[in-house]
Amino acid sequence: MTYIAKPKFHHPGLKKNELGYTHRDYEGKISTLCAGCGHDSITASIIEACYELSIEPHRVAKISGIGCSSKTPDYFLGNSHGFNTVHGRMPSVLTGANLANRDLIYLGVSGDGDSASIGFGQFAHSIRRGVNMTYIVENNGVYGLTKGQFSATADRGSKSKKGVTNTDNAIDLVAIALQLGATFVARSFSGDKTQLVPLIAAAIGHKGASFIDVISPCIAFNNHAGSTKSFDYVREHNDAVNRLDVLVGRDPIAVDYAPGTVQVVEQHDGSKIALRKIDADYDPHDRLGAQTFLARHAAKGQIVTGLLYVDPDAEDLHAHLDTVETPLNTLEADTLCPGSAALDKFNASLR
Amino acid sequence: MSDKKPISSVNDFVVRFANVNGSGSASANEMFARAILRHGVPVSPRNIFPSNIQGLPTWYEVRVTEEGHLGARGGVDMMVAMNPQTWDKDVAGIEPGGYLFYDSTKPMPSTKFRDDITVIGVPLTAITNSTYTDPRQRQLFKNIIYLGALSALLDMDPKLIEQLIGEQYKGKEKLLSSNVHALHLGRDWALQNLKCPLGLRIKKSDKVGDRIFIEGNSAAALGAVYGGATVCAWYPITPSSSVAEAFTAHCKKYRHDPQTGKAKYAIVQGEDELASIGIVIGASWNGARAFTATSGPGISLMTEFIGLSYFAEIPAVIMNIQRAGPSTGMPTRTQQCDIIACAYASHGDTKHVLLFPEDPAEAFEFAAAAFDLAERLQTTIFLMLDLDIGMNHRLCRPLKWDDAKQYDRGKVMTAEMLDEGRDFGRYLDVDGDGIPYRTYPGTHPTKGSYFTRGTSRDRYARYSEEGSVYADNMQRLIRKFETAQDMVPRPLQANAERPTKYGVIYFGSTSPAMDEAIGLLETRGHQLDRLRIRAFPFHSSVASFLAEHDFVYVVEQNRDAQLRQLIVNENGIDPVRLVPIVHYDGTPITARYIAKAIGDHQDHLKVTPLRKAVS
Repeated sequence: MTYIAKPKFHHPGLKKNELGYTHRDYEGKISTLCAGCGHDSITASIIEACYELSIEPHRVAKISGIGCSSKTPDYFLGNSHGFNTVHGRMPSVLTGANLANRDLIYLGVSGDGDSASIGFGQFAHSIRRGVNMTYIVENNGVYGLTKGQFSATADRGSKSKKGVTNTDNAIDLVAIALQLGATFVARSFSGDKTQLVPLIAAAIGHKGASFIDVISPCIAFNNHAGSTKSFDYVREHNDAVNRLDVLVGRDPIAVDYAPGTVQVVEQHDGSKIALRKIDADYDPHDRLGAQTFLARHAAKGQIVTGLLYVDPDAEDLHAHLDTVETPLNTLEADTLCPGSAALDKFNASLR
Repeated sequence: MSDKKPISSVNDFVVRFANVNGSGSASANEMFARAILRHGVPVSPRNIFPSNIQGLPTWYEVRVTEEGHLGARGGVDMMVAMNPQTWDKDVAGIEPGGYLFYDSTKPMPSTKFRDDITVIGVPLTAITNSTYTDPRQRQLFKNIIYLGALSALLDMDPKLIEQLIGEQYKGKEKLLSSNVHALHLGRDWALQNLKCPLGLRIKKSDKVGDRIFIEGNSAAALGAVYGGATVCAWYPITPSSSVAEAFTAHCKKYRHDPQTGKAKYAIVQGEDELASIGIVIGASWNGARAFTATSGPGISLMTEFIGLSYFAEIPAVIMNIQRAGPSTGMPTRTQQCDIIACAYASHGDTKHVLLFPEDPAEAFEFAAAAFDLAERLQTTIFLMLDLDIGMNHRLCRPLKWDDAKQYDRGKVMTAEMLDEGRDFGRYLDVDGDGIPYRTYPGTHPTKGSYFTRGTSRDRYARYSEEGSVYADNMQRLIRKFETAQDMVPRPLQANAERPTKYGVIYFGSTSPAMDEAIGLLETRGHQLDRLRIRAFPFHSSVASFLAEHDFVYVVEQNRDAQLRQLIVNENGIDPVRLVPIVHYDGTPITARYIAKAIGDHQDHLKVTPLRKAVS
């Protein structure tokens, strides 16, 4: 956990986005994670995505659990409220926060221990409910903060730094998210910013439960030979099905790709995603197809990345509950309290 | 029949119905209780039910009490024995001179009865079977038929019962007339074949007044509606589920936008208690009023989050409808057994605010107040109900609301205040009351944001492991808890007619039994001053009360005298002066029990009753 504030100085020529904010306005405190940690690259990607989307930084609520990954919300969006909650319980806190104010953007940051072990249930149920959020798991297959124990996403047969072989089966959070009805499911790699930034931007634009599993090597405890979450291993086994560009504007899209290789998906908020296909047969609107594709490739030891599934017409929890458009946290007694006349009637019905 | 005279009593007796659960008896039995109320005679009913849906024994007890004693009395004057499984125990439980009402369709051997009670046989099955062919109808109407027979035996006005049936089946004419028909089948049979009325009778009176008849859980849920709760997250657990269910029903009635029809509330059934309290914490952090309802096992699961609420200072309201523990305990039996678990919930040094309503009216009032307190104090507020208040209909004063009342949203720094240049430190004690300002997420583009965490931090919410910074914060939290003392409902004191060295402290659902016990003790010549505690932290008047009396009895419904422990611990007084009076078998405490326990102790202390001294 850091307490080192970054100086606010910046180059006067620094580029500004539509709202006039620079990159620096999306940064947070200085990271205290290990030098070279994959999580810091994800932090940089979140900053980049928010900058590109011209989000007002204070309109984001960043919520996390406990662990190295869950520390990172302190390192981006310094003008946003952050909440480092309880181990494995980010999803429920985020759900409550979202119910209280539907107008903010909710960014849930978690790790593999936080989401696949202690918080597996909360991960599953927040996805099931369709909470409008971007749920990022910074997945390194290991408990970093307690020095290198296997997590539930560690592959069977992979080796720990101390040479112990993992005999338990791995949980693939992407497969689970698909099964549970997440309406935006992606996987990426912290070392591939060009793939990750647009995925985060698209996930933020998605109205519904967006889930991104980001393989993020732990430089201190899981970057050795025998690990299946090391930089080298992920680079060698990365099987991207598509690349993605987020075209925020509502202008007609100028397609400069070869015909048939680009698919444009319009999201609820009007933003458009241009998907450049790498695997010609991959259809990101086919949930069942995505599930079998993943299973087939996992059996071959490949790590499938890209936008794996998206339902552009998704609904969220507020739609299911049919709540008012006004954020619940702004309602006061005049609209919430039925008053004494109604109470008199209620009393009369109980005599 | 022995020479034991049949009990003769007007408007003061106990009728107990022994049924099989799932047989539809509950609504007929409740109608019996309501019908007596319509005679202007107070009743206090209690449902004694198993943790099961169909086939196990269940009892419904109605205490008829012109004097208005709403606690359980103990003993049964009339048993309506409809369950062969529990027959022997039920018959044995009747007071000598009491009455046994049973279905006489099948002959029973004389050994199954007692000769010191009056036995009333009504061939309920025979009457039902000759009238109805549908098996479900037979089962349901049998209940109404015994209600009809009882109305004749107890001299009740059938018009008042017909009126109730009319209200219940308004708009369903067919059901209405068939229920009235069944009522008269039973009533007419009794009038023609039995000596009516019995020694036990209902006589019209005017002792109910404008009081209402409501379950505590429903009242607490309505308190949450009036108190402005917009988010409710819960996980089903007896005896608290009906809080969330009632909140849902009340919201459907009162909380939909008249124009759009949209909901001004969000209710989520969580996957467990951890998620439920997590949702509450998240919603409250973000400025909505949120609550959960649970019972003991749920409290155990929630404790980590309760510690977060205490330390990170996030409002939360938890309604704990207590049941007998530990572990799964007796899920459908009442106790006041989570006092310590809630007062000091979670690891590390913590203290939490507890509210102890005595009945549904206070449950409503305290539930609404809990949201003001939670936001003002930025911490968890427990509303400590129990099964006895929560799941039974209780006669209580009408619910009241002052339309001029605004919600106290506590210390929230707005964008305007930030722009004025006010210094914002999330954990900065600017007013000396230990309560800092907070901001809602999304308030201001550049000011007022902070990072909420369960780890130690300084006054400006910056992470810190400095010992002095940590201690400074912990001291402020104690200051805040002291501030809470004067905000929570104060204890209510009622003094004996003559000055006395003896006092009694009690709380919550013990209230009606305690009030009645005072009368019983007075007839034994014992004078006691009473203090009803309504909240923790304890107001200074608790310490004064202790100082003013040599011995103080603490009456409560748990084994370990938990409130007494809390008083001893928080006031640092000599425990010898606090005498525990505990009742913990899962049934509600009775006046008879309290009076005997205190009376015996007074005798043991060799307190000479005043009357004896005089004579």
